[in-house]
Amino acid sequence: MQSLEKFQKSTREWLQANCPESMRTAMVAEEVVWGGRNASFKNPDSKLWLERMAARGWTCPTWPAEYGGGGLNKEEAIILNQELRRINARVALTSFGISMLGPVLLESGSVDQIMEHIPKIVAGEIRWCQGYSEPGSGSDLASLSTRAELHGDTYTINGSKVWTSYADQADWIFCLVRTDFDVPKHAGISFILFDMASPGISTKPIQLISGGSPFCETFFDDVKVPERNLVGRLNEGWSIAKRLLQHERTMISSFGLSSGQSDRGGTTSMLASIERAAMHYRGDTDRLSDAVLRDRIAQFKIDSAAFAYTSQRSIEESKQGQGPNATSSMLKNYGCELNKRRYELLMQALGSQGLGWEGDGFDSDELQVTRQWLRSKANSIEGGTSEIQLNIIAKRVLGLPDIMSAGKAQGSK
Amino acid sequence: MALVLNEDQQLLKDSAQSFCQQLAPVSLLRRLRDSKDETGFDRDVWKQMVDLGWAGMAIPEAYGGYGFGYGGLGVVLEETGRTLVSSPLISTVLLAATAINELGSEEQKQELLPKIVAGELLVALALDENSSHAPSRIGTKAEKSGDGFILSGAKTFVLDGHVAQKLIVVARSSGEIDSRQGLSLFLVDAGLEGIAISRTHMVDCRNAAKIEFSQVEVAADALLGEVDAGFDGLDKVLDIARIGLAAEMLGSIQEVFERILDFLKTREQFGILIGSFQGLQHRAATMYSEIELCKSVVRAALAGLDDSGKSRQDIAELASIAKAKLSEVFFEVSNEGIQMHGGIGMTDEFDIGFFLKRARVAQHFLGDASFHRDRYASLNNF
Repeated sequence: MQSLEKFQKSTREWLQANCPESMRTAMVAEEVVWGGRNASFKNPDSKLWLERMAARGWTCPTWPAEYGGGGLNKEEAIILNQELRRINARVALTSFGISMLGPVLLESGSVDQIMEHIPKIVAGEIRWCQGYSEPGSGSDLASLSTRAELHGDTYTINGSKVWTSYADQADWIFCLVRTDFDVPKHAGISFILFDMASPGISTKPIQLISGGSPFCETFFDDVKVPERNLVGRLNEGWSIAKRLLQHERTMISSFGLSSGQSDRGGTTSMLASIERAAMHYRGDTDRLSDAVLRDRIAQFKIDSAAFAYTSQRSIEESKQGQGPNATSSMLKNYGCELNKRRYELLMQALGSQGLGWEGDGFDSDELQVTRQWLRSKANSIEGGTSEIQLNIIAKRVLGLPDIMSAGKAQGSK
Repeated sequence: MALVLNEDQQLLKDSAQSFCQQLAPVSLLRRLRDSKDETGFDRDVWKQMVDLGWAGMAIPEAYGGYGFGYGGLGVVLEETGRTLVSSPLISTVLLAATAINELGSEEQKQELLPKIVAGELLVALALDENSSHAPSRIGTKAEKSGDGFILSGAKTFVLDGHVAQKLIVVARSSGEIDSRQGLSLFLVDAGLEGIAISRTHMVDCRNAAKIEFSQVEVAADALLGEVDAGFDGLDKVLDIARIGLAAEMLGSIQEVFERILDFLKTREQFGILIGSFQGLQHRAATMYSEIELCKSVVRAALAGLDDSGKSRQDIAELASIAKAKLSEVFFEVSNEGIQMHGGIGMTDEFDIGFFLKRARVAQHFLGDASFHRDRYASLNNF
């Protein structure tokens, strides 16, 4: 206990001295730090904050210190997180390298691969994207057909991916490719890493109903990739792919965690409190006058609190270093549904002021609510649809029988 | 805050589980119902529960209890929920002993708590006057008379009211009917002149009573806590009981869900197990998720009760979160318990109906989901 108390004290002192003032305010969308070769910092404090956190490995607190991580144990990481929240510190670095690739690379990558990539993820030097879904392979991900053929010690990759988040801004991609077409679909997939600057790669942003374009179509035309970039064994990429999905779900479930909590960095003041917004727009002072909306908001906040306790319990129950398990599907599903509820309630709270698209008559918070409400509809589709998550819970957690023949559905085996 | 059981709590849970499965299974409740048992619970089983220390679980050692905290009492309640044990655990231990411990004078605690721990004394809380829970809607009057008071009014839904030796009566000593000011609590013998108790048979086969007080004379030392200022203390006692009740509900919910899962894995139609149908799988997976949230809020609320760092506001919020959430989920899961079992779920011979009946009583008792959502909103100033 004593060393933990010491750790808490020194952490608090360090944060006090090193977290710039402007990094202790609610995050605004344009200032989220993704890192990468072409990283831009709208606020110079963001750069400073990233450099200071990365130097201690605290962008990846539990990763081994020998690869640049923080080397913290579970208890210390919890304390660090509490201390960051205490001062409302912004997330120093947001990255798919941290939330998805890094954990599986540490589990399944070769020492050379770890040495090459992990320190750059910690430092935010390389920005990663995820090459998973394809036009014909959505929920049935394992049916993917982008092919990689080996000639000498080089793979040639042809095909296309879709829903590649920020492919147009990423430096490297972790990608699922088919390396054997003559075996059951799960048995011919490999997991490979390559530089997005390689010749033969092109990307095309997809405009969403929200007006934003966070996703791309990505095309591979005779892209050359060294054989040593294959992670794990040839044709055994599916197990790595599924493991990474568990990490992805854990990340997405955290969207739900910010729901209903006003003390969390990452949301603007308007988004932080649905009930305050609802009262503000109705001119209510002590009690929300719309009794039905009041009840729904209370129910939402109760579910959000219950969900936050469940996320906390899941961390307490997991063994040191074990990472997420099948319950990540439950957390992902519930977190996404909560986030969607949150935006529907915010829309109700704002009334016609939540229905603007652009231009005068609406302030930027109001317009952000409209756009994020539309964006939130993807929460229960990306990272595996809610229906796929329920399938996984039914089969893997509850042990219910699989009606489809073995291995057809994503995640069924 | 620890949301997982510690080693002591886990051992307690295991022993409570084997006790309930062996000595107080659902068939015991069925027997009490079928024999129209006058007590409404099995006194031998209650004595054994007392011998295991369950009546003194959360009572401080200074008053003969075992100081296991509410975390300890909670795991016991969870296991009694699994087999629908009917006992004075809710009425006497969770409500009355808590009230005496929280509000009583040193003398009252010294006199009464050891007797409750020893199983010698049953006490019931006479609170509600209407068909919905409203702790400040008290019309029962307490009029000053000499050194004492005269109680008059009527109470309903008093758990174990017909077998309790003592009653804790919430009465209005001043103020208007809905005011939180002017409430006083009295600890009185159930046999006093002017008290008329009639047992009511509830749908869950447990006991409640309607009680009338006609010009009941009580002495000044019957006061539990301060005169006119009883509400805040009562509210805290109710929150503790709401959390304990939520723990019991958690046990029942998990039991129903496990029975559903067993059925889905054994019942065949169209030549295959019905558990392979996606329509049922998704409903089961949704219930699982909700139940995981229930476990977390119950653990958090129980841990909160044992954490001296928690404020009164924290506990009130935790209690309303727990009671609202558990009430909603018990409603859904108990309904699915019938529907997913199909025709057999509708038969009295099959046990699942007992859980549906208990669900509605437990949902309602100490405030249903809408009561607690309203309360949660008020606690959060909206």
